[in-house]
Amino acid sequence: MDLTLKVWRQKNAKDKGHFETYQVKNISPDSSFLEMMDILNEQLIKEGNDPVAINKGCKSSGPVAFDHDCREGICGMCSLYINGRPHGPDNEITTCQLHMRKFKDGDTITIEPWRSAGFPIIKDLVVNRGAFDQILQAGGFISVNTGGVPDANAIPIPKKKADESMDAAACVGCGACVATCKNGSAMLFVAARVSSLALLPQGRVEAARRAKAMVAKMDELGFGACTNTRACEMECPKHITVSHIARLNREFLSAKLKD
Amino acid sequence: MAEKLISKIPEGPLAEKWTNHKAHIRVVSPANKRKLEIIVVGTGLGGASAAATLGELGYNVKVFCISDSPRRAHSIAAQGGINAAKNYQNDNDSVYRLFYDTIKGGDYRSREANVYRLAEVSNLIIDQCVAQGVPFARDYGGLLDNRSFGGAQVSRTFYARGQTGQQLLLGAYASLNRAISKGQVKSYPRHEMLDLVMINGEAKGIIARNLVTGEIERHGAHAVVLATGGYGNVFFLSTNAMNSNGSAAWQCYKKGAFFGNPCFAQIHPTCIPVHGDQQSKLTLMSESLRNDGRIWVPKKKEDVEKLRKKQIKASQIPEEDRDYYLERRYPAFGNLVPRDVASRAAKERCDAGFGVNETGLAVFLDFKTAIERLGKDVITARYGNLFQMYEKITDVNPYEEPMMIYPAIHYTMGGLWVDYNLQTTIPGLYAIGEANFSDHGGNRLGASALMQGLADGYFILPYTIGDYLAGKIQVPKTDINDPAFDEAEKKVRERINRLFSIKGKETVDSFHKRLGHIMWEYVGMARNEAGLKKAITEIRELREEFWKNVYVPGEENEFNQEIEKALRVADFMEMGELMALDALNRFESCGGHFREEMQTEDGETKRDDENYMYVSAWEYKQGAEPELHKEPLKYEFIKVATRNYKD
Repeated sequence: MDLTLKVWRQKNAKDKGHFETYQVKNISPDSSFLEMMDILNEQLIKEGNDPVAINKGCKSSGPVAFDHDCREGICGMCSLYINGRPHGPDNEITTCQLHMRKFKDGDTITIEPWRSAGFPIIKDLVVNRGAFDQILQAGGFISVNTGGVPDANAIPIPKKKADESMDAAACVGCGACVATCKNGSAMLFVAARVSSLALLPQGRVEAARRAKAMVAKMDELGFGACTNTRACEMECPKHITVSHIARLNREFLSAKLKD
Repeated sequence: MAEKLISKIPEGPLAEKWTNHKAHIRVVSPANKRKLEIIVVGTGLGGASAAATLGELGYNVKVFCISDSPRRAHSIAAQGGINAAKNYQNDNDSVYRLFYDTIKGGDYRSREANVYRLAEVSNLIIDQCVAQGVPFARDYGGLLDNRSFGGAQVSRTFYARGQTGQQLLLGAYASLNRAISKGQVKSYPRHEMLDLVMINGEAKGIIARNLVTGEIERHGAHAVVLATGGYGNVFFLSTNAMNSNGSAAWQCYKKGAFFGNPCFAQIHPTCIPVHGDQQSKLTLMSESLRNDGRIWVPKKKEDVEKLRKKQIKASQIPEEDRDYYLERRYPAFGNLVPRDVASRAAKERCDAGFGVNETGLAVFLDFKTAIERLGKDVITARYGNLFQMYEKITDVNPYEEPMMIYPAIHYTMGGLWVDYNLQTTIPGLYAIGEANFSDHGGNRLGASALMQGLADGYFILPYTIGDYLAGKIQVPKTDINDPAFDEAEKKVRERINRLFSIKGKETVDSFHKRLGHIMWEYVGMARNEAGLKKAITEIRELREEFWKNVYVPGEENEFNQEIEKALRVADFMEMGELMALDALNRFESCGGHFREEMQTEDGETKRDDENYMYVSAWEYKQGAEPELHKEPLKYEFIKVATRNYKD
């Protein structure tokens, strides 16, 4: 496959940024999207190092910076906006699981970073998602030290609840929910953690404190409010549903009412 | 130098060693813990659990990771499960049985005392994780469910769908977040350790590069804990994450920490086969699939030909024409033989011409029988996300056609040599999880990496490091202006500058790929003397070429992924050579290390216990061949036998 790529280039956080257009050739339909990006980068590195091209006025801005790591859809590191959709045109996958067979020979593909006030750009397609860590540090845990805990089977948990907790715990923290939300809200991310722990007896003990602390931190860090457009659910690579946002709202409201 | 290899294994009966040891090692009082600083490098299961626990205990902890968040560490990708000797299934499991299976699975090349301790603390891990809110799979009665993994005849594996590693890591990460919020731990994401700093022979800090700004930073401490994972990416194509690397451990090796059993690398039998030259990494299909999946190739060559030409589908080949070769060769364990055995058996069939895809390097993993027996819904509940992952990558629906799989590099049992306290040969430097060599011998059993990472981080290191730090309570904070820091920083800067200044013609990745080809060809699933010697020569040539002809674009003081990779690949080129050297020295086959010269008539591994029942611990020598030290392995409590999975 031969493709035209329009890629967002931005030298650093202060740079204004712009699109650049590149051509890539002979891409295998079985290659992943990030393998295609590797090929683009090999090409850009070579061009930047080619004296003939440089003499002709070719100004390469070097390889495109993009985040990636596990390349199997679980670490949550990859984060591209592809043709206007987080993680590209397929559903329920991360960018690293997107394969080139989803595109056609001759296509033009636009590639951008997550765009949200909560995720400042570091370089090109790489953003800073440290805000997610901060939200979880505000209360996304159960307060137990290592050791001195009861036997794992001491407290039975209904299978349905454990399964539902697992549904929410599948969040990979990629940030697609924020990136796709017109309000830049992190509600689905926060809800996934709050809901997952609220469903378990171990997590109930401090459920109220957790919901309040995490929501307060989310607001403090400049994430927007939820207006129920459900775009987050649509783009979540792990299909985490807005029913968890409903549970977060219940947890939050009942906690506030008790204040 | 032999006195450096003191394993510090406690005396006494096996089952009492850890208890006695704990009772006799020193502890640090809460008031003194507040005065002590510890650096933890890496935030996978080992690093995150250690940093959180040490923080809770009251030490001042700094934790470093190369990703944008501690949660990205590659432990997150572990799929199948975690072993523990809970015996919840009443199938006669016990600490002893888990210990025995692990020693046997490792082909009698690990320490009895370490492995017993691992089995002993395994149960505490499950309790801890449940208390943290890890949503393990449960039965309708509300109690925890289990499944089976390779090398075991009991069901002792706890799991959270096909993403157990993720859930355990999120548990440890949550504890870490709690410790960070309380100010007990300070987190440094997007930081890479580039050197270890030693003062008077003790580990006292690190030099790290801020990956966002490119700044070189100095961090001091009273002790350093390395939890940086394995070095499987030497092979370029592996199931490791793209950024997983062995550089931090390698710098410690070059500062004097011995490297244990470098040639012991695990090749996982069930990975998605290579699709072509553009491939950047390999994807694992969990071992748990072998609970219900059956592995086969056709019996007839003509069926193989038709499959390769896509004239027939696998599902059209009748039952009697299928060779379920694992069930045929290993009736007692069947499809659940350990990974090294399953990998070699796949290679044997493919070498014999029965590989089922165009490249001839694939076998089938089939769920037909299980779907008929249990129904599609049960299979979806058990493996749904894995089936989805497979379909996304290959565009084939595994409910209808069998999966195609082939072995790939997955894990490294070798790592920094550590004593029973998990301390390396450098005082004050500890190594935990995959970064050390200690518990898996020649082959790690499935669902045991998660167990080891968390055992080390939650329950072992936090005790044993106290024994060392108890002697440091009067020692002031490390001065980062000490000449040792100047020296280490200068070397790091020189190395970075040198890489930029080469301005050669080839990219970093192209060298990494070439290294990977050499490693897979000669230091992969089957090794022999001529091949290993050839590998050493070729790696040396490649390394020389790298330092003359690599091109690293961009600047030092910026976010620059190419310089990150260049530094790592430069180290991989040295690690690859040590792996080959160790494999050449070990003239026996054991676990994942298969020397073609040493095999039985039916192609099984042939150990040489008389000459090789030792841990090889390599010492770095500047400008010379590394020196081999041997730690003899003594089996006092179990009878060493030939591994048998047939009956």
